Parts: sequence; C-alpha cells; structure tokens
Amino acid sequence: MNRQIQLDINKTNLEAEGRLCRPSVVARNRQNQLAKRTFFVITLLPMILIAAITIILVVRSWPILSTYSPKDLFLGSTWKPDSGLFGFWPYITGTFWVTIVGVLLAVPPCLLTALYLSEYSHSFTRSLAKPILDLLAAIPPVVYGVWGLLAIVPFVEDALAPFSKRWLNSIPIFKVAQPTGFSIIAGGIVLAVMIAPLIISVVYEILRTVPNDLRDASLAVGATQWQTIRQVVIPRVIPGMVAAVVLAASRALGETMAVLMVVGNVAQVPNSIFDAAYPLPALIANNYGDMMSIPLYDAALLCAALILLILILIFNILSTLVLQRVLGKNWA
Amino acid sequence: MDTHIRVRNLNAFYGKQQALKDVNIEIPRKQVTVIMGPSGCGKSTLLKTLNRFLELTDDTKISGEVLVDEQDIYARDVDVTEVRKRVGLLAQRPSPLPMSIYENVAYGMHIHQMRNDRVSYKQAVKHYLEIAGLWDEVGKRLHDPATSLSIGQQQRLCLARGLAVEPEIILGDEPTSALDPISAQNVEKRLLDLKEHYTIVIVTHTLRQAKRLADYVIYMYLGEVVEAGPAQEVFNNPKHERTRAYLEGQF
Amino acid sequence: MMKKRWQRRHLIEAFVKGLMIVSFLIVAAGLGEILWTILVQGLPALNWAMVTQVPQGGFYLGKGGGVLNAILGSLYLAGGGTLLALIFSLPIALYLETYLGDSDWGRYVRLSLDVLWGIPTIVYGVFGFIIMLAIGLRASLLAGIVVLSLVELPIMVRAMDEVIRRMPVDLEQAALALGSTKLEVAVRVVTRQMLPGIITAILLAFGRGIGDAASVLFTAGYTDRIPTSLMQPTASLPLAVFFQLGTPYPIVQQRGYASALILTIIVLIISISSRWISSRLNKYTVK
Repeated sequence: MNRQIQLDINKTNLEAEGRLCRPSVVARNRQNQLAKRTFFVITLLPMILIAAITIILVVRSWPILSTYSPKDLFLGSTWKPDSGLFGFWPYITGTFWVTIVGVLLAVPPCLLTALYLSEYSHSFTRSLAKPILDLLAAIPPVVYGVWGLLAIVPFVEDALAPFSKRWLNSIPIFKVAQPTGFSIIAGGIVLAVMIAPLIISVVYEILRTVPNDLRDASLAVGATQWQTIRQVVIPRVIPGMVAAVVLAASRALGETMAVLMVVGNVAQVPNSIFDAAYPLPALIANNYGDMMSIPLYDAALLCAALILLILILIFNILSTLVLQRVLGKNWA
Repeated sequence: MDTHIRVRNLNAFYGKQQALKDVNIEIPRKQVTVIMGPSGCGKSTLLKTLNRFLELTDDTKISGEVLVDEQDIYARDVDVTEVRKRVGLLAQRPSPLPMSIYENVAYGMHIHQMRNDRVSYKQAVKHYLEIAGLWDEVGKRLHDPATSLSIGQQQRLCLARGLAVEPEIILGDEPTSALDPISAQNVEKRLLDLKEHYTIVIVTHTLRQAKRLADYVIYMYLGEVVEAGPAQEVFNNPKHERTRAYLEGQF
Repeated sequence: MMKKRWQRRHLIEAFVKGLMIVSFLIVAAGLGEILWTILVQGLPALNWAMVTQVPQGGFYLGKGGGVLNAILGSLYLAGGGTLLALIFSLPIALYLETYLGDSDWGRYVRLSLDVLWGIPTIVYGVFGFIIMLAIGLRASLLAGIVVLSLVELPIMVRAMDEVIRRMPVDLEQAALALGSTKLEVAVRVVTRQMLPGIITAILLAFGRGIGDAASVLFTAGYTDRIPTSLMQPTASLPLAVFFQLGTPYPIVQQRGYASALILTIIVLIISISSRWISSRLNKYTVK
C-alpha cells in the first residue's frame, strides 16, 4: 500500500517538472560506456606519440645511418656536410661536458636546500620558497639565455677564467685556451640554475615521504637533527635522490636555447671547461635552415635528434620508474 | 615529596590556540605518575613539553619553566639533545629505526659515544634487551631487521633503545594503546619494574590502566591541571567536582 | 650539567646547517639576480613603441618599430596551443583518476606522460617539422599551435593529475553512493572541485608554451607582420629576442633585452594570476 503511494508521488513530481520520465538508467549507462571507450582511446595518445616520434626519427635518419658505419658517425670528429663528412663526436662530447658540469654544479646546493626546507626550516620559509622555485621554473629558456649573456659570460671572461689561468692552469680541465667567456662553464652555470627548481622540489617530496615517527624515534634518544638526517633519513632516500639527479640530467641534456646562447657553438672535442663547445640541441637548432640544400644533411641532423632522444629516453624512463615507486601518490 | 620534575607557569600554544594553561605541577622521583583526562585535554602536549618535543611541531609557543632537578630545561644555554638523553620517550606507535635489532638498541649509545669498544656495546645491548624482556626472544637473531618483530616486540625494542642512553626519566605517550592485550600487559609489567630505578610519567586515556599503574595522578581538563596528588587520594577522594565526574563517567 | 657543550656533533651540525642556509640563499638570490639583470638591461629600451608597433623597415638594422608582431604571435601560438592541449588533457586526466586510479594501465599511461614531459622541445620541433613537410604544410601559426599543444599536453595532464589525485576519496564515493555513473562523477563533481587546480594547470602550461623557442623555431616561421590567418607564419617573442640579440647593432640588442623583459613580465603576470585565481576559487572546494 505504502509503496504504491510512493511511486505515484514520484510520478507527480516529475510531471510537474515537465518531464515525462527520468533519464533512464539505461541511457545514462550508455553515455557512461561511450565516454569510457572514447576516453580510453584518448589515453592511448601519449604512447602513440612517443612511438611516432621515435619511429619517424629513426626512419628519417636511416639514410645516414645506412650510409656510414656507426664508428665513423659517432666517433668521427670532422663535420663537413659539403664534403659528406658527418662526425658527431665533438657534438656528443660537447653535450656531455655541458650537462655534467651543469649537474655537478647544481646537485650539492640543491640537495642542501631541499634538506634545509624539509628538515630545518619553518613553514614560513617553506611558503617563501615555493613561489621562488615556481618562478625560477617558469622563466623561459631564452630569458635564461639573455641572463647568461649579460651576467654569466662576462663573469667567466672577467673573473673565472683569469682566476683559473692564474691558479689552476696546470690542471687540464681548467685550462683557459680562448679569450671569450662563451664556454662550457658558462653553459653549465646557466643549466645548473635552470634545473635547480626541479631537483629541489623532487628531492623535497622524496624527503617528505619519510615518516616523522622515524625522525622522532631518533630525536627522542637525543640525536641532533643532522645525526638524524644522516643516519635515518638519508639512507632511506638514496635511490630517490639518485633518480632525481638522473631526471635533472635528462632535462639538462635537452635544453637548447639557453645553452646555445652562451656556450660558443664551436665544434671541437672539449678539453677544458673553459673551452667552447657545440651540444647536439644547438647543432640542430642552428642549422635547420641549411638542411635541405645539402644531401644527407637533413638525415644527419635528424640523427643528432635521434641520439639526443634515445639518451634522454633512457635517463628519463629509468629515473621516472624509480621516482614513481618512491613517491607513489605524490608523484607530480 | 621528593620532586624530580617541577613545572612552573607553563603555557603552550599551537598557533593561536592555547593547549596548556598555567600548568604548575610536581612529579615525584622514582614513581609512576599518570596524566589522565578526556581526549583533547592536553595530556600529550604536557608530556611533550617534558622532553622538549613540542617545539618540533611548527608554530608552537611555550612559556614557563620545566625544572628537572631544579634546572630549567628550557633555559637558553641548555643543550636540547642532552635533555632528551635524560628524559626518554616511549611513543604510542612503535617506531623501530630502519636497522637491525642490535643497531636499534645501540643507536643512542653510538650517537652519544657512550662506550669505548665493541665488546661493551654488545654487552650493553644484551643488558637492555634483557631489561625490556626481549633478550630471550631475539638474542639469537640480533641482526635481523627490526621490522621483522611483532608489534609488541617492537614496542619493547623501543623501550630497550630508550633505556640504552641511560635516562633518569621515562615518558610514555599511551605506550600500550597500539598493542594487543598480552603485549600491553607485558609492557606495563616492564614499566612497573622500571620504577625502581627511573621516574616514569605516562599518559593514558583508560582509567583502568591509570589505576593499575599510578602512584601519583594528574588529572587534566581543557588544558588545565584540575587535580594532582597521590593515586589513592585522587581515586578514592577526589577534591574537585570535575575529577569526580570524570572518574564516575568512565564506567 | 645540561649546558651546551662544544661537542663535535654539535659543531658538525652547525656547519652543515650553515651550508644549507647559504645554499638556500644562493637559490633565492639567483632568482633576484636574474630578474634584476633583465629589468635593468631591458628597461631603458622599453617604450610604448616596442609594445604597440610592428617592426618597420630596417628594424633589425636599428630603425624604428616594435615587437608587437612577436607579442601577438606568441599569444596566438600559446593560446591556440593551450586550447588544443586542453581538449585532450582534461579527458585524459579525468579518465586517469576516475577509471584507472592505480591500475597497471594507469601506471603505463602516467609513465608515458612523464616520458613525454621529459622529451626536449627541440625534438618536438623537429618532429613537427617533418610532419609539416610530409603533409605539405608550410611554416605557419597552425603548425606552431599543433606542436605547442604537443609540448603542453604532458605538462597540463601532469599538473591536472596532481590536483585530481589529491581529491578526497569521500567526495567521489559520496557521489557514487547517490547512484551517479562514473562519467557523471567525473564531469559534475570532480571538475567543480578541481576547478582551481585545473585553471592553475592551464595557466602553467600556457606559461611554458609562450616561453618556448625550440619548438616553434622550425614550425611557426618568422615574420614581421601580425598573422591574420592560421596558415601564415608568425613571429614569437623568444625568437624575436634571439634574432635581435644576434645582430651587431647595440640599439637592436638593447631592444632584444627589452623584448626579453616583455616576455618575462608576461610570464610573471601569468604565474602570479594563477596563484591568485587558485586561492580565490579555493573557497568552494572541500578540503
């Protein structure tokens, strides 16, 4: 009896609303299924994109890969497209030198900063740090390049190089062989600042995954904070920290614009951080215009892009796998 | 009363919220003092001021004095790590350090460089594990990870770890509430044995535990100490209406 | 007895802490240094003409004009790119949270997104260039927009995913308990709760897109005119900076600094407004 009344009341309300029947459950579920399928297809996009990029680069650099032996290509030191000589070695070493310098410069202060923010600082300092880091990350690469031109290149030329010439001349990697500030060290400094926000924020997140209970347990027996950090916190986060550094290195490898503006763009195998160099991204960016006129030139540049891509993919995938596991839900 | 800890005019704030109001108490030496009260009354907060753990939380403010043997632990020139060495803490949830059983117990001793050679470290570890009632169970597997122990064993491990730095005072923040009844009983027994040599201060939210353990009772309500005194007096003859209400309400 | 003693471990801690503070200050000061340098060098050449005019004849030799072509070009490129990326990002992000959660497939998708995020923009530029040539498209606003959308997609999805994952589970379950389908939960509840975060993600991606040179280098071309159709090439601020700095004339280089300043100001405005918007809109969100 009661149920009957209930149903009628429902019907009355709906009719009053001007609808004849509720959007049927069937229709809503059909909507759901359709959306589910469409969305699923859309989530395939990222993977398809990665595959597409890789495949196209391989296909388009095939001409040069099949014409020359890998040894000539990758270890060759002469780059004269007109004469058909494509030796990537100077560019590969240039890329590595700048990246390694950048990472070495960035890692110690960034680790310390992340530790400070996570273990010592007040929430006030942390709330200050967040906007600072966000802003640093938002600054466009070309602006970093301009800053590098205006501040870092002169600094290297007028201060660092003379200093090294005077005191460090006997050490090969610090030898000053050219008069300008356009050098690997300049590129390294700019890169270091560019990857700093990334390292700091990822390492900070990693440190935050260590539960406070552990810290409390150490502090409760009278350990200093640094003892706690060194003996309890850090051992737990080493894999994550390594992954963070590798991730930052993969970003540094691909940075084009800022480095291009300060590194000198001279194709040589570097011997010192004060030498100029010509990293792979700069090679690609500087020569895109000439590509079409010389045979195999476009394939060569695309091969450069391919090398870059593969290096970065390896670094990126390895570090991301580790970080996803370490950070779990907090991966961002 | 032989006072070990004297708290004078203690006020504590979490941000703008006042958690402790004008606390003035004395804690007797080598007895078990129980701090009890309804949740949110400030018992844990008070406990944490005794080993200067409260200041680890962001945005806290503490004013007043906490005197251990008439020395204010909040004085300017006091080394907070020394305070924590003298005043040990057993937390609610056992938190073994990510090391072996042996290393957990030896940790505090290493931090303070309390021993000279490996032999004396080993002996000390054995000694404290025995006091905690754990030696029989783990003596043969000292180098297993501490996380392989059951939760009751972990709590006893934490006890051994805390005792190894030779504190005078042991604080317990509801030390058995995360344990099963048998382990809880075990830990309680240890604490009662320990009061012969240490001053023990425990926070508990169960009246029954308070009655089992307490020699001295402090009852708190909304951040204030309502009543404090020997257990017999407070339980059987509470002076304040609030205390009486709490004692009765617990049944 | 409890006085501070000059124990070795205390000294070590003080030393390390000092190093940490210095590091932090270096990072903070670095930001200030960069902004200050750009400001000081760019301000002298920044005038009304720079912002309102396109390059006149001989602009790169020192004659008159401004970079309006680049300013508008960048806004068009980033605007279009962000919009296009949004169309795909929002569904992906919503799908990830609502259907995939922590499933294996979800992890693969997230991994691929992270990989995409790590691919340098020059590679996207090269890729876009090849596709462009293959389908006969010339350097144009459209090509630039498409490549930028590819660049922005992983950034946007990641930022949205970060926000959506933090959504209180109870909210989702409350909606499901009332009988909504997962689609309805996604559209009606998740989106509204996540609105501030979504807007922040959009602005973040926009900011990254507008500042990137390597991706539009090959694909958007360059011109001194303001584009009037999608098929025309377009200038962009990063490239404008780059080209002006490449000339030997100090006047033009100064204008390059000013252009860099303009770009920086735009990015700062976006960054600050995204903060402001997110704090305003957070009124309605459930914590």
